[in-house]
Amino acid sequence: MSEQARYAAVLLALAVLTLSLFIASLTTGPAEAGFRQSLAALFVDEGDLMSLVMREIRLPRAVLGLMIGATLGLSGAVLQGYLRNPLAEPGLLGISASASLGAVLAIYTGLSATFALGLPLAALAGAVIAVLLVRAMAGERGGTLTIILAGVAISAFAGAMTSLALNLSSNPFAALEIVFWMLGSLADRSMTHLWLSGPFMVAGWVMLAMLARPLDVLTLGADAASSIGIDMRRVQFLAITGTAASVGGATAVAGAIGFVGLVVPHLLRPLVGSVPSRLLPASALGGASVLLAADVLVRLIAPGRDLKLGVLTAIVGAPFFLWLIWRTRRQML
Amino acid sequence: MSVARIAGLIVALTGFCGATDVFASGETAPKRVVSMNVCTDQLAMLVAGEGQLHSVSNLAADPGISVLADEAGRYVVNHGMGEEVFLMGPDLVLAGTFTAQPAVEMLRRLGFRVEQFPPESTFEGIRDSIRRMGQLLGRQERAEELVAELEAGLDDLLREPVANLSVAVYSANSYTSGEGSLSHAVIEAAGLTNITDKLGIAGVQRIPLEQLVLADPDIVVLGEQHYEKPALAQENFQHPAFRAIASGDRLVRIPDRYWICGAPFTLEAARMLRQAAGEVAEQ
Repeated sequence: MSEQARYAAVLLALAVLTLSLFIASLTTGPAEAGFRQSLAALFVDEGDLMSLVMREIRLPRAVLGLMIGATLGLSGAVLQGYLRNPLAEPGLLGISASASLGAVLAIYTGLSATFALGLPLAALAGAVIAVLLVRAMAGERGGTLTIILAGVAISAFAGAMTSLALNLSSNPFAALEIVFWMLGSLADRSMTHLWLSGPFMVAGWVMLAMLARPLDVLTLGADAASSIGIDMRRVQFLAITGTAASVGGATAVAGAIGFVGLVVPHLLRPLVGSVPSRLLPASALGGASVLLAADVLVRLIAPGRDLKLGVLTAIVGAPFFLWLIWRTRRQML
Repeated sequence: MSVARIAGLIVALTGFCGATDVFASGETAPKRVVSMNVCTDQLAMLVAGEGQLHSVSNLAADPGISVLADEAGRYVVNHGMGEEVFLMGPDLVLAGTFTAQPAVEMLRRLGFRVEQFPPESTFEGIRDSIRRMGQLLGRQERAEELVAELEAGLDDLLREPVANLSVAVYSANSYTSGEGSLSHAVIEAAGLTNITDKLGIAGVQRIPLEQLVLADPDIVVLGEQHYEKPALAQENFQHPAFRAIASGDRLVRIPDRYWICGAPFTLEAARMLRQAAGEVAEQ
């Protein structure tokens, strides 16, 4: 019972943190307006310009930060449980990079201009290919090393193809946008982006949430899980499609943002215990907090310079990743 | 053996003596001019006499960048590379101060006369450049004609007062142009006020979309896009918040070619802006 209460307290704390960072994101920006004035302009539309800024620029940015962060945290937690690999996350497995490649192909060929849904669908297709490849490489009992190496290869290849596609574009600005697709940004995203990517993220979340119980059983091993009636094919379908849909939707509008999915589940696991079904909601909230915080920071550190989110997440995430490798080295050998 | 000596040898052997021509015959006008920069290309095309200009850069024929794209077909095309310019044997090479510096250095070492023109950011600068081009090409009269036309045009613009509206230039990747840029000079020549004065933005800088929205310019100027394929750089032009403040008459497209280079035709950009301001003020 006390464990239950502890879990509820962690979730509540995370929810409060996420909410405060969401409000911080709404009230941070180059336009000099007070805290109250900004929020008032958001709720009461008096046809003034501040309302326009709050509703069309800040709100989509904050909501996308919340949703994309939740997507990354949740998919990281699911992938770590599903692949039983502490180093799994969409960025390291090449899923984000492949989704980026899909989005790049859709945008720069002009497909997304004629068929708007082409953008998230292409990113989703890229993500599906990456998950399938990683799954195939991992095999039945894929080791930690195999999965991560497959991810490195897929990331490198997708990154190279993204650069190639952008360099070959006849638009001279395209080549400069490689950095957006590799590092991610939420600057000046609009409601259009939200409507385009939101449904894919929500659909992905639903599928990933359905994995909560199967993942709990999966901690006993795949054989044990199927012996007590877990349909492994269904689990695989949900994990792959759910990750691809949510990460694909997120990446299509914000580029590839790394390390959130890696760090968040690891930080929260000691707090909620190693039960996957508890880790999933906590990781979603934690991911949202981390990404919102990063997005507030990029605006405070370098206002007007469009610092990329991936820069901040990597500054925190890469040393963490090294530490994790250090710690798991013995298990890997 | 030094590079210059080898070059001298090549020049002697192949009979390309253009480079030494100017120095041998004193101050006679150059007869075989090669321009390596789209801005000097256009100034030279306007000022040069018949047969005087031999070659212009490949960009001069690009209608997105060059106002005189149709005329550029009359000249040999170069790509701003030292080697090809060398082989043309010019007696005067025109380049911008940002033209491929290694090529310019090489041509100078080889004994060619290279004159560089800085990018213009004011109408005074444009006048000076036209006069300098006239002097270099021995066409001072033609240059004075062009300067007089420009002056008359500028006076015309300011003759009839126009409502003092605010203008914002919004380019790809959210860049705007403030004091010290040619766009700023054009806005002032049209008798209008650049929003960057109020925001304290000088030169070409990024402006966050929300700052642009709150500055609420009467007129927003977009460069004309001539790219076949889309890029995120132009995505903000579709942003709902941007369209809310810049649509209909308030959105003015001025083709890039009129103000990429400071030249007599830059006046056309000011005329377009002035006319747009007239239409907005009437409402």
